[in-house]
Amino acid sequence: MADHSHGHDASAFHATTKDYVIGFALSVILTAIPFWLVMSGAIADKQTTGMIIIAFAAVQIVVHMIYFLHMSGKIEGGWNLMAMLFTILLVGIVLSGTVWVMYHLNANMMPVKMDGMG
Amino acid sequence: MIPQPAPVSPILGKLSLDALPLHEPIVVATFAVVALGGIGLFAALTYFRLWGYLWKEWFTSVDHKKIGIMYMILGLVMFLRGFADAIMIRSQQALGFGGSDGYLNSHHFDQVFTAHGVIMIFFVAMPFVTGLMNYVVPLQIGARDVSFPFLNNFSFWMTVGGAVLVMASLFIGEFARTGWLAYPPLSGLAYSPDVGVDYYIWSLQVAGVGTTLSGVNLIATIVKLRAPGMSLMKMPVFTWTALVTNILIVAVFPVLTVVLALLGLDRVFHTNFFTNDFGGSPMLYVNLIWIWGHPEVYILVLPIFGVFSEVVSTFCSKRLFGYSSMVYATCVIGILSYIVWLHHFFTMGSGASVNSFFGISTMVISIPTGAKLFNWLFTMYKGRIRYTLPMMWTVAFMLTFVIGGMTGVMMAVPAADFVLHNSVFLIAHFHNVIIGGVVWGVFAAINYWWPKAFGFKLNEFWGKVSFWMWVPGFWVAFTPLYMLGLMGVTRRMRVFDASFDPLRIYYWIALLGAFMIAAGIGAMLIQIGVSIWKREELKDESGDPWNGRTLEWATSSPPPEYNFAFTPKIHEIDAWADMKAKGVARPTEGFRDIYMPQGTWAGITLAGLATLCGFALIWQVWWLAIASFVGVVATAIAHTFNYNRTFYIKADHVAEVEAARTAQLAALEKGAA
Repeated sequence: MADHSHGHDASAFHATTKDYVIGFALSVILTAIPFWLVMSGAIADKQTTGMIIIAFAAVQIVVHMIYFLHMSGKIEGGWNLMAMLFTILLVGIVLSGTVWVMYHLNANMMPVKMDGMG
Repeated sequence: MIPQPAPVSPILGKLSLDALPLHEPIVVATFAVVALGGIGLFAALTYFRLWGYLWKEWFTSVDHKKIGIMYMILGLVMFLRGFADAIMIRSQQALGFGGSDGYLNSHHFDQVFTAHGVIMIFFVAMPFVTGLMNYVVPLQIGARDVSFPFLNNFSFWMTVGGAVLVMASLFIGEFARTGWLAYPPLSGLAYSPDVGVDYYIWSLQVAGVGTTLSGVNLIATIVKLRAPGMSLMKMPVFTWTALVTNILIVAVFPVLTVVLALLGLDRVFHTNFFTNDFGGSPMLYVNLIWIWGHPEVYILVLPIFGVFSEVVSTFCSKRLFGYSSMVYATCVIGILSYIVWLHHFFTMGSGASVNSFFGISTMVISIPTGAKLFNWLFTMYKGRIRYTLPMMWTVAFMLTFVIGGMTGVMMAVPAADFVLHNSVFLIAHFHNVIIGGVVWGVFAAINYWWPKAFGFKLNEFWGKVSFWMWVPGFWVAFTPLYMLGLMGVTRRMRVFDASFDPLRIYYWIALLGAFMIAAGIGAMLIQIGVSIWKREELKDESGDPWNGRTLEWATSSPPPEYNFAFTPKIHEIDAWADMKAKGVARPTEGFRDIYMPQGTWAGITLAGLATLCGFALIWQVWWLAIASFVGVVATAIAHTFNYNRTFYIKADHVAEVEAARTAQLAALEKGAA
């Protein structure tokens, strides 16, 4: 609240231009490589290509979080990072749990003929 | 099946005179009573010239204490509505035997049980819990308000907006006839073509915004505004439970929002997320809504565990036994509450491995809950227990909740759940934990913190009458349901055919229990009325009528607008008990100006427009929906230009208030000596 408007928190983070440039460069590289992989068809197996792209995307997320969202254990006494980890945990539970539950439901359903809906 | 959309007028949408339920005499009579009462209230407020006062001091106030009280009033009003639904369900089921059709037709009855569930969870339990947290948390951590006072006011009015939409459905159109979670395909357009489900969706969406934002607000408050010295492990237990609850709110309410939005898309734009055909999966809806729904149960009950912790430690005059284990148990419950959701639909067909995982995780969650109960018991052990009303409710809770928990563990066994699922055993179980836990906890809290909020205690006699009606009344009402459920009677039945005749007596006993509860509610209203009437006799000038242990009792009753003239310094758990033991003197001079947030019209205006937008979306009055939405955005932008958001309470004024308080305390001490 208002009482706390005086001064900055000692742990407040000040982003530098350098950080943004590094983040931008990394993002460009991490986007360009998958783009090249798809366009050139360097790897014949499509599934492998897909896996590699997903791996790049995961790295991209981490880069964004560090350089653009300024995640680190030092900021706000670690609250930011903890909130992030908690969110990841929950999203992980929700997604994997849902996939698991829905897969089993599907497996236990009576076979239904679905035209092109597979 | 492709649903044929009903013709929608470009001006009035689906609204027409047919939307008024004139053919339902019960609804018309209710409307007449409500309208007369409303006109009477309106006239009285106008006659006594209270509108200006209400607007200035309450509706536009950003004071967390006033907002907290308004939440409690909202909860109480909606509680009466929800309970009226309950009595209707019980009496219909008692009457619908032996070929009789009862007095409610199925169209009406289905709305009644849906509205009962929706109202009791979203507009009774949630406002009560949020109201308590709003009032108590800033006081307990030595803060002057919440982190975002304007947001707090806005959140409250959004919750009211949702409640208004539910109430409007009673007289304009109809409410959902789907049960309180509106499972598709029943809630899809094909089977619910009327606006009932739209009322359901939009009332929860509007209220959900308020709930989520108030969660954000309280987390920020607890993390950022604690008094110096109050490390996390020195926070009062109620504040701890509030923290965990609000984290749960922020994490899961978005899931509800998304699920309802998808259902809305299915209904309005004929998408196929949850339809039977075209690749939709109604089961995904059930899965997603329980990912919200199970944590929701803990959102309601965790702060109540906090209330009981405060009450037990105060009225046993001891530090809470096992403070840190209580904190860890709360956190563990918070996490575990995310991995049990499937126990709400064991019967949907997930197979043995999935069901066993969720069955076991459900049983595991009873361990930290059990730890909490032992902590309360050990706190009471060899304590000098004062059996005041809050303590009585606490003991009633402990006895009742344990039984509710055990029937829960019974149903956590998937094989047993296949028998008990969808039966009235389930109904008895969750009323057992929600009434025996949340509702009684709220009553304990009201009796406990009322003197703090208003400066006088609640009448003991009528409180005890209410207690002795409620507690046995609950058991008379729900024991028959446990028995019926074990016999296999399903929930939401309206009439029973001849083969059920021998079971009729159970429903009559349950109805008797409902009337006992009604008497308990009546006694509670009398208790409040009598207490206000005799407030001079019940006056508490000390600010600490129970010999409390946490910081809120360090202030006067009611606390001044700024809560604390100086932010207190914390050295121990139970800061106020520590200060009393060390004889810390109240500061009486050196006051400074206090920087405070200013009341604002923006919250109620924004919420009003949002509610109007919801109403327009329900009836598909597109121009109005667009106009009111633009209004919301425009108001929000206009409000950013309001720089007049804070003011100073002058040091002179603070000194005056504090001097009066010093004199009051001195007079008390003189009287005691």
